Formats: sequence, structure tokens, C-alpha cells
Amino acid sequence: MKDPILTREYLKRRSFIELSARDRAKCLFDSGTGRELAGPFDRIESPWLAMQDVTPEADDGCIVMRGTIGGQQAVVIAFAGAFQGGAIGEVSGAKLTAALDLACADNEKGIRTSAVLLLETGGVRLQEANLGLAAVAEIISSIIALRRHAPVISLTAGTVGCFGGMSLAAGVSSYVVMTRQGRLGLNGPEVIEEESGVEEFDASDRSLIWSIFGGQQRYDQGLVDALVDDDADQIVKTVRDLIAQGVPPVHRSEQVDLYRSRITALDNSRQWNPEELHSWKNQNKKENQ
Amino acid sequence: MEQFEFNYPAKRKVLKKSHIGVVGSGDLEVLLEPANDAAASVRIRTSAEGFKSTWKAVMDRFFGQYDGAASIEINDAGATPGVVLLRLQQAVEASER
Repeated sequence: MKDPILTREYLKRRSFIELSARDRAKCLFDSGTGRELAGPFDRIESPWLAMQDVTPEADDGCIVMRGTIGGQQAVVIAFAGAFQGGAIGEVSGAKLTAALDLACADNEKGIRTSAVLLLETGGVRLQEANLGLAAVAEIISSIIALRRHAPVISLTAGTVGCFGGMSLAAGVSSYVVMTRQGRLGLNGPEVIEEESGVEEFDASDRSLIWSIFGGQQRYDQGLVDALVDDDADQIVKTVRDLIAQGVPPVHRSEQVDLYRSRITALDNSRQWNPEELHSWKNQNKKENQ
Repeated sequence: MEQFEFNYPAKRKVLKKSHIGVVGSGDLEVLLEPANDAAASVRIRTSAEGFKSTWKAVMDRFFGQYDGAASIEINDAGATPGVVLLRLQQAVEASER
């Protein structure tokens, strides 16, 4: 039976997942400092969706806010997972890239500005395929330019998760933060099932999905820097601490030899189970010693 | 996707704009702004086709109670009439806060 005190704590906390993308972005800033840039009333919406009979959104599902976090300048870019699965189109991609580039320019002027990406996205928006792919390339190069100056933090709280090209954006970030409810992966479960068959991956098996893509597994594999609860206050504190920590000495995506050796050590002649993946990082460490 | 516009008379000025909701399945986004003239208008874009008379009925009911000179835009992804009314009321509440 559950401890009633723990239940009370659970009920008292402020859920982050239940917040809208705009409220998620807003709550990260020092009180009253967050202001939205290129918001819904600027009506920078996708010109491609209406042509394909899809209702556009006035902010194209991408919320950009600027303010201070822990007293330091920061920009937060949040994707609304509810709109088109948070997928990246021409406009939302350009908003993200422009925000990162402006932050980079500020850093070059001596104003230290960090970036926080709230990634709830299936990747590229299929209705804007090539433009979405180009956007992902721009986003990655903008993250790499910015992360030399100030940390770029990717946060995937759930429940959409972060997949496709945008998982690469998370991969090149300075820090990755996840909840247990969040998911992170290049190919999503349904893509794997469609490409390789249900024997390879059963996309209807939710426990299998979370045991592979879930925040806990990604944290155990060393691909996530902080595993947090679905608690807005804890997430705010974690983001603040990571910004204060500054740029990491070595970025994860720079450790090519380490990750290449892990991939080489992986025996892909058989199916791995989630528990083995869990200890993959440690096994690899032992082999290297 | 279908698009239509309805116009209604208004009695008082709207001072603040407000934005509510998201264009997610079964939901909608409402953008409410002060209108330039002394009347109200609502422009609707919806992914569910063939419901113009239902939209008209929902708007008639809403503007039967609301008399602000607002210019409203709705981007809809298949919300039910109840959700539409709730979102409109939320938008009004946010604009009068």
C-alpha cells in the first residue's frame, strides 16, 4: 500500500506535463520576466497547411519566450505537442533557428544567453517535408554555434516525446533533461514496426515502448543528464542549475570514439532486451578498463 | 478545411486581446482582439467540413450573451460545440481580467 504522506506530496506538486506549451515556457523564467516573441497575434503561420486542407495555428505550434532564468538571460522555445504532433515546419523551424541565432549574437556581444528547448515533437512535419528537413539542418548548426557560448538545454517531459530529426537536436544539446513519462528516439515505434515488422518491434506494446525510449532507460544509458519528476518546481530548479553550471567541458556529441565503441560492442545478431540495454553503458565501461 | 465569417452587433468596447487553446484534435484556438468598428465579427477555419449551420447556432448563442466589439478568429481541429463555447468564454474571461 502506498504511503499516504507520499500521496499527499504527489497531489500537492504542480504537474509540468499538464501545462500547455506556453505555460511550460513561462514557468521556467524568473517571475514576470518571460515575454513572448513572434506570438500568435503576429500571425506568422504556416502558408503550406491551408493549401493541404489542414487548419494552421497562429503561432505555428512554436512558442518563443525571452527573459531571465536564475538572473541570467535565456530564451525558451517550446513546441506544442498537441498541434500536428509538435512537428517542425518551415515557420516553426525558422522561429527556433532565429531564436538560437539571436541568442548566439547576444553571446558574441558579451551578453551571456542560454537556450532551453521544450521538445514535444514527432520530428519533421510531413506536409512540409523538404522545408522541415532543411529546418532541422539549420537548427542543428545553430545549436552547435550557440553551445560554445552558453548551454543549450533540451527538455522532453512528455507525453508526445522527441523523435525524428528533432532527436538529433536533443543529441547535440549541452544537456538533456527528461521525465520518466518522456520518450526520446530517432525512429519512433510505429516507424520501426512498419519498416522491420511486428516481430522486431510491437508498437502497440506501451511497456516495451517506454522500456526502450523512456526517460529512465535513456538516463540509465547515460544519454540524459537529469531525470526529473513531473513536477514544475523540480524542473525549474533543474534548468536553473544547469544554466548556472554553464557549458560542459565536453559535449556528448563530441565523444565520437566513446559512442562508436559502444555501437561496435553491441552484438546485433540477436534481439536485445530492455534490461540488457539498461546495463549497456556499464558493460562497455568494464570492457574498456 | 472550411472557412466562414459571421457578424454580430456590439454594445461596448473590448480593451484587451486574448489567446486561448491549441489547434489539437478535438480542440481549437481562439484569438480575440478589439474590433476597429462598433460591431463584432468571428472568422472560423475548421478541419471538420459540413458543419456551417452548427457553427452558426453556436455563435448565435455566444453572441446572444456577449456584447463586446471583438474581432475573433477561430482555428479549429474538430472541437465539439461545448468545447467551442467553453474556449470562447475562456477567451472573454482572459480579455476582461
